Amino acid sequence: MTFVIFRRAAQDYDGRKMSQNLISLSSPLLAGAAGLAGCRADFPVFRHHPGLVFLDSAASTQKPQQVIDAIAEFYAGGYANIHRGAYRLSAQATDQFEAVRERAAQFFKAPAAESIIFTRNATEAVNLVAYSWGLRNLNAGDVVLVSEMEHHANLVPWHLVTGLRGARVEAVRMTPEGRLDLEDYAQKLQLPNLKLVALQHVSNALGTIHPAKQLVDMAHRHGKPILLDGAQAAPHMPLNLSELGADFYVLSAHKMLGPSGVGLLIAQPQHLRDMPPFLGGGDMIREVYTDRSTYADLPNRFEAGTPAIAEVVGFGAALAYLEGLGMENVHAYESELFQYAQGQLNLIEGVDLYGPESDGEHSERAGVLSFNVRGAHAHDVAGFLDEANICVRAGHHCAQPLMRALDVVSTARASFYVYNTREDVDALARELRDIATFFGENL
Amino acid sequence: MSALKDLYKQVVMEHYRKPRHFGDLPDATHAEGGHNPSCGDSLQLMLKMNGETIEGAKFTAKGCAISVASASLMTSMIRGKTVPEALELAEKFSAMMKTGEAAPELGESAALQGVHTLHTRVKCATLGWQTLKVLLERAQREQAEANV
Repeated sequence: MTFVIFRRAAQDYDGRKMSQNLISLSSPLLAGAAGLAGCRADFPVFRHHPGLVFLDSAASTQKPQQVIDAIAEFYAGGYANIHRGAYRLSAQATDQFEAVRERAAQFFKAPAAESIIFTRNATEAVNLVAYSWGLRNLNAGDVVLVSEMEHHANLVPWHLVTGLRGARVEAVRMTPEGRLDLEDYAQKLQLPNLKLVALQHVSNALGTIHPAKQLVDMAHRHGKPILLDGAQAAPHMPLNLSELGADFYVLSAHKMLGPSGVGLLIAQPQHLRDMPPFLGGGDMIREVYTDRSTYADLPNRFEAGTPAIAEVVGFGAALAYLEGLGMENVHAYESELFQYAQGQLNLIEGVDLYGPESDGEHSERAGVLSFNVRGAHAHDVAGFLDEANICVRAGHHCAQPLMRALDVVSTARASFYVYNTREDVDALARELRDIATFFGENL
Repeated sequence: MSALKDLYKQVVMEHYRKPRHFGDLPDATHAEGGHNPSCGDSLQLMLKMNGETIEGAKFTAKGCAISVASASLMTSMIRGKTVPEALELAEKFSAMMKTGEAAPELGESAALQGVHTLHTRVKCATLGWQTLKVLLERAQREQAEANV
């Protein structure tokens, strides 16, 4: 399959159309140099690395001072293990930890706080569902439906578990523009042995925002449970998981200004109640004998061992920070920045962009821009950009099936977040122009 | 001019655009695939061995300029060498990536010594050499078994 890349001539680039439906385009929020409401100043990395153009937030985001402070204060001012100590310091730490669960429940409008499980990352959250739900519910011949756009984190766990159960994985195709093929999805939902749907909410490689509500409703019309991988969605848009109704939703704290080491599984409580524990150990038990154990209620049943306590507290600060910005504003700001970047890169001769063309009306792209310079390998492009102090990802973005569908070895990927500015985009465009010329001349 | 552009201009682009010994080797006696999972680059190395001697070497690759140029330089160097000689060259190339110092035997490949300061690109430069090492070590094992 060859992939249709989109490319518009400069004169076709319609700034007016771009601004429709972007509520904040003319608002003072979008003062270019300062980032979202000037929040760039909150991120100390940019003081330590003057001139740094950080465009790899889809891999992991930088951290604001508020998050760093929350972790330091927790360690300095009241650290203890949680759920165990019969003393006030432990009780206080437990309260702080559990308060983050409550805050997360409100932030994501989760069905219930007790059905939020802290894991190490979104990958572990998928593995939890794969091993706990999957080992119990999948049998020989059963099917787990993914897409060919999935991140490896939402593919490999299913390969492992279906392998153990004699079940198999099928993939929904993507369209040449880089969207999920909804007709193919509708057809594959009718597979007789389909047991679970596991799809991404936003593509990490192309930035395509999939119609999550529609995906969930279609799965449910066929009576199939659905897991959504929200690792690239949760940081960038307001979520209402109660309304969305997905059976399982996973995300990672480190991609939304929080510390590494914290992921979330947000599930419908009835599923979790029916699921056996995933990891066994301390804190997830009720009674333990030498020959058997009984298990704790939700959510503790799925949180074995000492968790990343300080990091969870830090994640609470990240959520507070994002609440302060407002997720609507975050989404609007990134959309605007994306439109600007898409426009700027489109002007460069010798640069090809991937993913559905977004005119802002459908807002179906998150702040991710995948591209290649003609005649250059993405890795070479990233090397040259690095020399100019610009961080982008180059490679297959842990989405090898997608790269195959695109018929490319790799792409370079610039991804944006709240601290990025038009100046960052301008720096990227300037260097890319230079790189495209260099490789063009040496063709 | 930036250091990277300088490096690319000198050798890399030349070997990237016109890699030596690129393509299939129909009478190959040994072949090995190399893969860099972090960027998806892949390389296929084919050798024609006559006893201990590498008579022919060709490769195909989907990779960045540095990985292709490095493999191009490598295939030029190992022709006519014995297995132990080629393995020694591979060791010397790895050492150059670590220290930045090029052994005289590395010849034109020494042009890549600047890569050692670019930590993220060392894997690219060594992909072909690593593949060669895997292939030659396997060939040695096979030969040892045949001699038993």
